[in-house]
Amino acid sequence: MKEIRIHGRGGQGSVTAAELLSVAAFEDGKFSQAFPAFGVERRGAPVQAFTRISNNPIRLRSQIYTPDYVIVQDATLLETVDVASGIQDDGIIIVNTTETPESLKLNTKARVMTVDATKVAMDIIGIPIVNTVLLGAFAGATGEINVESIQHAIRARFPGKVGEKNANAIQKAYKLIRGEEKHE
Amino acid sequence: MIDPAYKKKMVVVEGSYAVAHSAKICRPNVISAYPITPQTHIVEDLSQFMADGEIPNCEYINVESEFSAISALIGASAVGARTYSATTSQGLLLMHEALFNTSGMRLPIIMTVANRAVGAPINIWNDHQDAIAQRDTGWLQLYVEDVQEAADTLPQIYKIAEDNEIMLPGMVCMDGFILSHVYEPVVLLEQELTDAFLPAFQPENILDPLDPKTFGAFAAPDTYEEFRYLQEQAMQKALPKIEAVAKEFEEVFGRFHGGLIDGYMLDDAEIIVMSMGSILGTVKDVVDEYRARGEKIGVLKVRSFRPFPKEQVKEAIKNAHAVVVLDKNISIGTNEGALFTETKSCLYNSNVRVPVTGYTVGHGGRDIRAESIAKVIEETKKVAKSGIAVESRFLDLKEELL
Repeated sequence: MKEIRIHGRGGQGSVTAAELLSVAAFEDGKFSQAFPAFGVERRGAPVQAFTRISNNPIRLRSQIYTPDYVIVQDATLLETVDVASGIQDDGIIIVNTTETPESLKLNTKARVMTVDATKVAMDIIGIPIVNTVLLGAFAGATGEINVESIQHAIRARFPGKVGEKNANAIQKAYKLIRGEEKHE
Repeated sequence: MIDPAYKKKMVVVEGSYAVAHSAKICRPNVISAYPITPQTHIVEDLSQFMADGEIPNCEYINVESEFSAISALIGASAVGARTYSATTSQGLLLMHEALFNTSGMRLPIIMTVANRAVGAPINIWNDHQDAIAQRDTGWLQLYVEDVQEAADTLPQIYKIAEDNEIMLPGMVCMDGFILSHVYEPVVLLEQELTDAFLPAFQPENILDPLDPKTFGAFAAPDTYEEFRYLQEQAMQKALPKIEAVAKEFEEVFGRFHGGLIDGYMLDDAEIIVMSMGSILGTVKDVVDEYRARGEKIGVLKVRSFRPFPKEQVKEAIKNAHAVVVLDKNISIGTNEGALFTETKSCLYNSNVRVPVTGYTVGHGGRDIRAESIAKVIEETKKVAKSGIAVESRFLDLKEELL
């Protein structure tokens, strides 16, 4: 079983990202579970959402404390939230930032990867909503799910133009984090 | 990996959606709705279905309180309508008075309760205090473990409740947030199969101006006791019916979640962990780890809390060396959860002598981690060894806050 924790701020679509990830994993033929860190969320406040992916039915109902992967939607969270908390030593932390992984100085043995998801979102979608973009980066960095499955999930959730733009942004982030493309 | 043939039938949806969809497929005639977290998405989804014309022959009533929600259904059910609502926590407490009216008038109203703690202090998270507080209201109470079961149990409980031999209201209790807000793959109920499984509601007695009858009228001391006796008789008749309906559901839909109870690794279990609801999934994962090390730990899921399956519970635990009961509720003043009390009680006038110990857990949504379950099992191993049961304790109490 692989466990993913998504850090964001209320309004950034962390729960939607966790949900889309679970739909994409299901597309790949895996069992999945997505849920928010239940709370009285307010726009802008730090929030978390979780996804589990497994080859077997998922019965565990606790929150995620020792994730394999962490996705950080907003680098300003690093000042107040310990995003590396409990992450596996061989795990990966993906941060949306213009900075390099080294400059973030995260106290972890896990691999830190960065992607300028905000630029991708502005260039392709036209608004600074990065949740779906980061799922493309997640697919590229981890290989846990097919990027096509994420694109399929987003097209199903947002049919038409919006889904298409998001699918393109997902593809861009996928290639960026794999070093197969650069920002224009 | 998911079996590809089965995957075709499945879809990833929110727990609340799966339940709302199931309620729709059961063909309700009247739905009353008052939103309260974490139940809100269920009635919102039903409202959407109504707006989209997907629930024929149904009236959806927006009411101004939970008391009105249940009261509206009492009237509707009495004239022969199949009725549905959903609520939780303070909303369920506000219904309390009318819950007795419902069962006393023998109206098979069905509700989903997205279980949540009650105030004060204000808390919106999950535990079972709300539904357990309705223990004695004469409602059937079935507790579910996952989203699929939450959806599948609705047609089952309608079939049980509407049986002319039973005619009792029922609540399907699902853990708020943990199940109401989780996305996971489920099979949404098929209309055709459900229609074959669940016949139309055909009560013997309804309110009808052409054939006047009285419901819930005055009963003086010379008759009141017999009304209560008949309610109890109906609950006893529900015991075999719950088992039979679960098996019939399996024949039609191919899924079985347990009847009155369900066992996991139970046959040779020396230590049995008993509980209700979604916590059972976490417990099963922990038990797998113990089994991999050759330790004989098993799980007893109690699905029906009302009626309480005394004989089945007794039979399931009679060979264990120790039993531990996990309750997401407490009867303050006894330091016990309700399932713990019931379990001990059903052993007393019997030859079964198993030490039973208990924990109240997850109050106000405190997360229950696998590590905590392992700690519980370790403590219960000591009980099995000594034969001396320790009474109930709070799990994961933060001594530093006291």
